[in-house]
Formats: sequence, C-alpha cells, structure tokens
Amino acid sequence: MFRYANPAVFMRLSSVLLPIFAVIAIVALAVGLVMGLRVPPDYQQGMTVLIMFVHVPAAIVAEIAYGAIAAASLVSLVWRHPLADTAARAAAPLGAVFTGLGLVTGMLWGRPMWGAYWVWDARLTSFLLLEFLFLGYIALWNAIEDETRAARACAILALVGAVNLPIIKFSVDWWNTLHQGESILSGKLAPVYLWPLLIMAAGYMALFAALWLLRIQTEILNRRARNLMQGP
Amino acid sequence: MMDLGPYSDFIWPAYAISALALLVTIAQSLAAWRAARKKIAALSK
Repeated sequence: MFRYANPAVFMRLSSVLLPIFAVIAIVALAVGLVMGLRVPPDYQQGMTVLIMFVHVPAAIVAEIAYGAIAAASLVSLVWRHPLADTAARAAAPLGAVFTGLGLVTGMLWGRPMWGAYWVWDARLTSFLLLEFLFLGYIALWNAIEDETRAARACAILALVGAVNLPIIKFSVDWWNTLHQGESILSGKLAPVYLWPLLIMAAGYMALFAALWLLRIQTEILNRRARNLMQGP
Repeated sequence: MMDLGPYSDFIWPAYAISALALLVTIAQSLAAWRAARKKIAALSK
C-alpha cells in the first residue's frame, strides 16, 4: 500500500485515475439526471421525491469523505506517513461542501414534507455536527503553523469525531426521528426511484474521487514549491 | 419548463444549489491545481 503512497508514484497513478473518475462522474450524473427527472410522482411525496436524487448522494459522499479523513488520520498517527496527512487535509473542504449540500437540500425537502425547514431530531442534529467537524478540522489545520503539529492535532480530532458516523447512520433506528428510516438497503424503495438514485450516487462518488485526487495533487505540488523556495 | 406541481419552489432550488456548489468546487479545485503547477514551473526555471 505504501508503495502507492509515495508522492511520485501517487502523482503518476492519480494522473491516470483522475480522468477515469471524471468521465464516470459526467456520464453517471447525466444519465442519473435524465432518469431522475422522468420518474412518476411518489404516492405520498408527489414530485418532491426528485429532491432525493441530489440530497441522498450528497449525504452519502459527506460520510464517505469523513470516513476517508478518519482512515487517513489513523494511518498518519500510526505510521506517520506524510501523504496520509495530505490526503486527509485535501478531503476536508470537499466533505464540508457535500455536507452543506446534504443539509440545504434536506431543508428544502423537509419544508414541504414536514412543514418545517429544520427540526432538532437525531439525524439532522448529528449531520449538522458532521458539518461542524469538517469546519473545525479545516480551522484547526489553519490555526497551527507547524505542519507536523497541525497534522497530529487534526488527526486526533478526526478520529474522535469519527464516533459521529455510526450515530448518523443508526440515529433513525436508535431514536424516534422525523427523518425517514433507511430505505435503500432495506429494499423499501421502488426500482423506478432506486436506479436513478444509485446512478446519481455513483456520479457523486466518482466526482468526489476525482476532486479528492486533484486536491491531493495540488497539496503535493504546493509542498514541493515550498521546499524549492526554502532551497537545499 | 417541467411541471413539478405545487412544490416546484423547493425542487428547482435544490437542484440549482447543488449544481452551483459542485461547479464552484470543481472550478476552485482546478484553479488551485493550475496555480500550483505554475508555481512549480516558475521555481524550476
């Protein structure tokens, strides 16, 4: 695994993978949008079901992004691998964007369905906490000047915050929430809605992967530039 | 324009905000990558 984590090898490998993920994202999002905008109205939610195709993928990718940060942070703390810090740092702004999208689209779905943009139920509150974790992580990186110390502090924050991921996932089972329960894996979603949702989710994941690789490359290039400026 | 019924005021903004946020993120990431490459090229001369 560490062979691919070498910055030079990573730059070569990611240059091959990045366009592949970008093409998958463009195709999946285009197909998902066309399929999604043609679904019939849901018997309960009417056409607001369309919001699901942008809300659920954003929420899934937000959790994947945090999981990626937590995994990279663990590698950073245990093996002190500098590329792990870079990968974690590069994922944080993307995670904040996808979490923000999950929150905003969820509010726009909640207003017509629940009569309120926001309720303090366990799912919504734990998801809002996820946004604060991303923002706190970014702020902590920027607050500590010494990169090694910043990376260690952020890795600890990321690992502590990872406890929120199972809380988000199981909040709808552990507590009475206004937010609906899990409906993809349980097979409760009709195929006419399930397929566009899965294709949109694949598009969002591929887009996240492409942007993550691009941002890791940017971090590596900026690190090289700093080293060149400092001289031998 | 598609007829999305009485809740179109919520559906269109959800799609518009998603598209805008993703496009801005893509543009910002590409701009930062290009700037980093330019910096490296200038320093390597």
